Amino acid sequence: MAKMMYREAVVSTIAEEMARDENVVCLGEDIVGGMGTPGGPEAIGGIWSTSTGLFGKFGADRVIDTPISESAIMGAAAGLALSGKRPIAELMFADFIGVSLDQIWNQLAKFRYMFGGKTKCPAVIRMAYGAGYNAAAQHSQAVHQILTGMPGLKVVMPSTPDDVKGLLRTAIRDDDPVIFLEHKALYGMKGEVSDDPDYMIPFGHARLTRAGQDVTIVSTGLLLGFCEAVADKLAAEGIGCDVIDLRTTSPLDEETILDSVEVTGRFIVVDEAPPRCSLGADICALVAEKAFASLKAPPLSINPPHTPVPFARELETAYLPSVDKIEAAVRKVLSYR
Amino acid sequence: MQLSRDALLRAYRQMKVIREFEERLHVDIQTGEIAGFTHLYCGQEAVAVGVCEHLSVEDKIVSTHRGHGHCLAKGCDVNGMMKEIWGSREGLCKGKGGSMHIADIDKGMLGANGIVGAGSPIAVGAGIACKIDGKGHVAITFSGDGACNQGTTFEAMNMAVVTKAATIFVFENNHYSEHTGFEYAVGTNKDIASRAEAFGMKVWRGDGTDFFSVFETMREVLEYVRVPGNGPAAVEFDTERFFGHFEGDPQRYRGPGELDRIREMRDCLKNFRKSVTDAKLLTHEDLDALDAEVLEAIEESVRQAKAADRPTAEDVLTDVYISY
Ligand SMILES: Cc1ncc(C[n+]2csc(CCOP(=O)(O)OP(=O)(O)O)c2C)c(N)n1
Ligand SMILES: [Mg+2]
Repeated sequence: MAKMMYREAVVSTIAEEMARDENVVCLGEDIVGGMGTPGGPEAIGGIWSTSTGLFGKFGADRVIDTPISESAIMGAAAGLALSGKRPIAELMFADFIGVSLDQIWNQLAKFRYMFGGKTKCPAVIRMAYGAGYNAAAQHSQAVHQILTGMPGLKVVMPSTPDDVKGLLRTAIRDDDPVIFLEHKALYGMKGEVSDDPDYMIPFGHARLTRAGQDVTIVSTGLLLGFCEAVADKLAAEGIGCDVIDLRTTSPLDEETILDSVEVTGRFIVVDEAPPRCSLGADICALVAEKAFASLKAPPLSINPPHTPVPFARELETAYLPSVDKIEAAVRKVLSYR
Repeated sequence: MQLSRDALLRAYRQMKVIREFEERLHVDIQTGEIAGFTHLYCGQEAVAVGVCEHLSVEDKIVSTHRGHGHCLAKGCDVNGMMKEIWGSREGLCKGKGGSMHIADIDKGMLGANGIVGAGSPIAVGAGIACKIDGKGHVAITFSGDGACNQGTTFEAMNMAVVTKAATIFVFENNHYSEHTGFEYAVGTNKDIASRAEAFGMKVWRGDGTDFFSVFETMREVLEYVRVPGNGPAAVEFDTERFFGHFEGDPQRYRGPGELDRIREMRDCLKNFRKSVTDAKLLTHEDLDALDAEVLEAIEESVRQAKAADRPTAEDVLTDVYISY
C-alpha cells in the first residue's frame, strides 16, 4: 500500500497504464501546459495536476495538448477508439459536456449498438465535476444524472484515492466507453492505495463503508463522506447505518442496495445533482419496486433543489446536501413506526 | 480625428476604473474573502474602453470569463459589480452569478460567460435583431485567442456572414489561453484576423495596448457595420494580460522578465498618459486628479461590498423561472 492523494492516484494510474499499453493515449486542454510559451511544455501541467509528468514520459504523440475545442476532443477520442487506440480524454470541467455532448452521446456511446456489435470503443472520458468552490452555475455541476441515463456509457464516480486507482485502471482496460467523474473537492484527499500493478475494481460492485441495521444510506463522490460522518455520529446514539458507496452509477449494483434495505427497511440516497429525473429518484424507484415488502418508511432522495448552482458562499452551502440535512433525513425515515 | 478634452478624460477614467478595480480584487482575493474563480482583465483595458466608448446603450456586447473590463466599459455600476463579486444579495446579479456571470441587460451588457466560445453565437442573434430593427445598432462579441478555436466561434462567424448580422467579432489576442501559447493553439500562422477573413468578413487589426489605435480602428469598423446590409466584421487586437489566467495561477509559462517588460512597455494607461501629455492635450495634474478620484471610488465600492446584505438560503430558490 502507498499513501497518495486522489489526484496522484489519477495521474499515476494513467502513467502505469500508458507504460503497460502503447495504445493508451491522452488528450485534453492544457494537459501538458505551457505548449507554445516561453516556459515551454510542462511549465505548469494541467489545472488539476492530473496529468503532471505524462508528456515528459510519453511524448507529444501520446500526450496531446489540444486547443479549446471540446467537440473535437470528444470526437477525436471516438475516432481514436475506432482506430485501435485507447484514448483517455479530459474535459477540464464536467460542465463543458454541453459543448461536446453530440460526440459523446450520439457518437461514442452508440457506435457499438448502431453498428450491430461489430465495433468496440475503448475510450475513457475523464472530467472534474461538482460544487464546493463557489465556481457558480457553469463550473460546479454534477452531471452523472445526464450521462447515467445514456445507454452505451458506463459511468464511474470514485470517492477515495484507492477507488480512483482500481476503477480508473478498470476503465482504461474496459473495451466500452467509460465516463470517469472526478470530484474536484476530492482531488486533495489522501488515502491508502493498492500498489498491485493489476489492481482493478470491477464495475457494478458497490462498497459498504459503514455497517448498521437501522437505515441504508446510498451515495458516492464528495457526499459519501458527509454520509459517513452522519453514520458515525448516529452510531454513538446506537443508531446503525449501512453506508453504501455506489462507485459506478452505470452499471448499478442493485443487489448490494436491495440486500441492505431488506435488513434495514429504511432507505435514503444522497445525490449531488438536482432532484428531477435524478440518480436519487432512479434508486428510490428501484427500492420501492423491488424491496417494497421490506420498507418501513418511504424511500427518500436528498438532492440540491431544482435550480442552477449559485455563486455566493451562503447560497452554495444552502444548495448542497449537508451533514445536517442528511442527519435530518435519517431521523425522518426512523420516525416512521 | 481629435478627441475633445472631455472625451479624453472620460476614456482615461474608464481605463483607470478597470485597472484599479482589478488591482484591488487582486489584493482582496488573496485574503480569501472573495470566493470563486476570478479572471482579471488588467492590461487589456484599452480594448474594452476603445470599443465601448463608441457604443450607446442600444448597442449590445457579449463578454467572456474575463469580463469585468467589458462590463465596466459598457456602463455596469462599479458598486453593483463589486458587490456581486463579493457575493452580496445587493450585487448586480444578487450574488447568484459572481465574477463570471455579471450582466446588465438594460445597459446592453448581455453577460460575461463561463463557457469559452459561448458568447459569439449569442452576439449573432443580437446582431440579427439589430439588423431587423434597422436603426444602425450593433452587437459585439469579445473573444480571446483561445476562444477563437472553439467550434461555436466558427459557426457564429459563418452564420453572421450568411445572415448579414450586424455583429462585430472583437478578438483580444493576449497570447495565452490559460497556460497554452497562442502560437501552439492557433493554426493560422500567428493570426486570428485572417481566419475571420476566410469566413467572408472584412477585418481590421489594431494595437490593443494603445487606446488610440483601438478607438480609431473601431471607428472604421463601426462605420462599416452600422450601415444596414453590410453585415458583420472582425477585428483583432494584440494585447497583454498582466495577471495570471485566474487568481492563483503561478504563471510558470511566462518568460524571464516578461511581466516586468509588458508592465513597462505595453501598459495602455502609461501609453495614454504619454501620448496626451506629449501632445499637450492633457496635463499630468489632470490625470493625477482622476487617479485619486478613481482610487477613492474603488475604495468606496469595497466598503459598500463589505457592508452589503448577504444572501439567505431562501434566495437559492428564486429567479429560476418567471412563473412555474
Ligand atoms: C468550453 C470551455 N472550455 C474550457 C474552459 C476553461 N477555460 C476558461 S478560460 C480558458 C482560456 C481562454 O483563453 P482565451 O480565449 O485566450 O481568453 P483569455 O483567458 O486569454 O482572456 C479556458 C480553457 C471554459 N471555461 N469553457
Ligand atoms: Mg488569451
